[in-house]
Amino acid sequence: MGTPLLKANHITKAFNGVTVLDNVDFSVDEGEVHALVGGNGAGKSTLMKIITGVYTHDSGTLELDGKPLWFKDYSEATKNGVRMIFQELSLVPTITVAQNIFLNHEISNRGRLLDLKKMNRKAAEILDSLGVEISPATIVGTLSVAEQQLIEIAKALSEETKILVMDEPTSSLSETEVETLFRIVRKLKEQGVAIVYISHRMNEILKIADKVTILRDGQRIITEQAEVLTVSEIIKYMLDEHAKDLKPNVNYENIRYDRCVLEIKGLTVNSWVRNIDFKVYEGEVVGFAGLMNSGRTEILEGIFGLRHTESGEILVDGRQVPLNRVDASIGAGMALVPENRREEGLVLGHSLETNMILPSLDRLRKKALLDRTKIRSLVEENVQKYNIKTDSVHKMISQLSGGNQQKVVFAKWLSTQPKLVMFDEPTIGVDIGAKTEFIDFIRGYVAGGNAAIFVSSEISELVAACDRIFILNRGKICAELSGKEIENEEVIQNEIQQYKSQKVV
Amino acid sequence: MKSSSTSLKKSFNWNKYIVYIIFAVMFIIFSAILGTTFLSGSNVLNIIRQTATISIMAVGGVFVIGAGMIDLSVSSIVPLSSLITALILTNTGNIPLSIVGGLAVGVGVGWANGFLITFAKLPAFLATMCMMGVIKGVAMWVTNTQAVPTNNPAFNYIFGGGDVGPVPVLIFWTAAFVIVGYIVLNRTSFGVRTLAIGGNETAAKFTGIKVDRYKILIMMISGACAAVAGILYTGRMQAARYTFGDGDEMSVIAAVILGGASLSGGTGSMVGALVGAILMGMLNNALLLCGFDSSVQMILKGIIIILAIAVTNKLQKR
Repeated sequence: MGTPLLKANHITKAFNGVTVLDNVDFSVDEGEVHALVGGNGAGKSTLMKIITGVYTHDSGTLELDGKPLWFKDYSEATKNGVRMIFQELSLVPTITVAQNIFLNHEISNRGRLLDLKKMNRKAAEILDSLGVEISPATIVGTLSVAEQQLIEIAKALSEETKILVMDEPTSSLSETEVETLFRIVRKLKEQGVAIVYISHRMNEILKIADKVTILRDGQRIITEQAEVLTVSEIIKYMLDEHAKDLKPNVNYENIRYDRCVLEIKGLTVNSWVRNIDFKVYEGEVVGFAGLMNSGRTEILEGIFGLRHTESGEILVDGRQVPLNRVDASIGAGMALVPENRREEGLVLGHSLETNMILPSLDRLRKKALLDRTKIRSLVEENVQKYNIKTDSVHKMISQLSGGNQQKVVFAKWLSTQPKLVMFDEPTIGVDIGAKTEFIDFIRGYVAGGNAAIFVSSEISELVAACDRIFILNRGKICAELSGKEIENEEVIQNEIQQYKSQKVV
Repeated sequence: MKSSSTSLKKSFNWNKYIVYIIFAVMFIIFSAILGTTFLSGSNVLNIIRQTATISIMAVGGVFVIGAGMIDLSVSSIVPLSSLITALILTNTGNIPLSIVGGLAVGVGVGWANGFLITFAKLPAFLATMCMMGVIKGVAMWVTNTQAVPTNNPAFNYIFGGGDVGPVPVLIFWTAAFVIVGYIVLNRTSFGVRTLAIGGNETAAKFTGIKVDRYKILIMMISGACAAVAGILYTGRMQAARYTFGDGDEMSVIAAVILGGASLSGGTGSMVGALVGAILMGMLNNALLLCGFDSSVQMILKGIIIILAIAVTNKLQKR
């Protein structure tokens, strides 16, 4: 092969002094599907955002068609035929498919008015060429997520596209929809479009990709032809055998199998998370492992009463908890540390103190009035206990660092003294040192006669924190691992990917 | 990275204190221009008397805006509660019964607002705007736009007309509402949860707060405050009239926002809103004393409020 269509050399990027990409090389040829693989924080998204001009690089060079080039922003990248399909769809739901496809490069007639007919016809041509049967006059909001994803691709192709970056395109698609997407990807390949394909799903990658590049901790580990790789080899490359920052600190002797803290029977949350059964015992941390959209968050929010559940039974300490009522769940001794702390966990405009006491107000009263002494002692105790770095408890929570904000969320919920705490991705956006701290908080809390459910995309964390791990796939608990089985990250990764393969093939 | 002076400036909460600064500046300007006519004890009492109803509605307004909502219907609740109170009073002579009747109007409309916002999912702006029209219509229809005089001296004395020594009764009403409002906002879980709902409704739901129930309750409180304002209008004017309260919704919102609340919710200050209300009254009074037409008064008032809020926002956004 001649010169690659796109070539990135020695790319280095740091955020606030933390190196995210370290001297990474990457290239993609015309008509090639090049998969980019790596754990969370490996640098995949950052690399793609640098290539598409969303971020600026610190050092390194980029060549397009052999010519050195840098894009100052995303719109300049699109002008040069480099496009990205974002995880969060960039479509406007209230207007039609054709209007979305031609948004910001609308077709006008000579009178400077929109030529709707021509736009619809052109849109239909593009959709036809992709083999997609959607009318261009459909309002986008009425389409399924999968269909919207296809429109997103059509939008990218409405202007000249040489390189298409797809970030986790299948995470919310069903199996047949994945097949449709793959058909389109192959078609684009034939047309000579270069595709960069980011995914966590190894089996899919091996099916669709020509080449695979594996990143780990901001470094390129290997670039290899897809046909010579296996799923377990990819996993081996992804994992860092030397990184033992997170050590398992499990103590099975603390678990009281005679005391069931949480029992879930036949919980049905929606059309695809159905009939979930499991138990969590005192002193135990149960982990949920699975890819995006495996139903982890749905189950947690269903148990907590935030997400409407259709049926099922929830028992805490043997007592039935009414469904769909957050206040009843809290009253029964549950707590949920939500996935998105800025949107779901905190009132950003309020102080550390107000955020921390919010679920405990009823305990902090003297008759009708709030007791300032009680509030102060609770907050100060927690600031010490969780090692929260702040100069004042009245400081606005938005002025604290991400790790400290998350500590406030932990304190907010753990000070309600719940029997069962559910942690949904509690360490997102937290640096490695603090991660260990959070896992210690969880183990420490559970050791005091409580129980926890721990959801994380980072297997190393699950290994460090959990006594038992459930493997989730498409709303089902597919496997339960414990003891020796969960001492090794590789086993769990293989287990997650295995269920994916059963489904996809 | 940043110099210490900018970080100092950032930490100074302009939103919270700007109302006092503006108040002081305005007070000094008007004192200089108008002298003793403005500064005399009787004029100052007059200002407070005239702003009592706005202050009391602003107490409810702090909760409404603090929770991220808005209540435009207060200006229609005022005349309807006023008329209902006066009608019951003239027909029965029973003061407690007439008060209950007037309050019921406010609480009922507040509940309807809350129901529309939470159950029918109307934005608060739309729900209370429509309600404002409906209730105003009802107020005009009740007596066929006729005024209803209240010839009950005890009622007129207690509810607005009377003085205790040199101090107008209205000041006691204002003080009572602001103090209770202050305590509820700052020292009870109700207040903290109200601001949490306005600050981040999703987080409030994730924390188990029954957001819908709180919203209905808050709209009922706002309605009740407006009803009390209507009753106090009646006592002060010794009559009920459908024109009472016209345009008050804007004064209330301006007072609450000037007082340091954000229209997007999550913040609010009772004392700030009181000072904001008095500032509004002072503007009305001073512009009148300056001899401006009511048209010029309205123009100047609008410009001053815009400037005050614009300056606050500019200073706030570093």
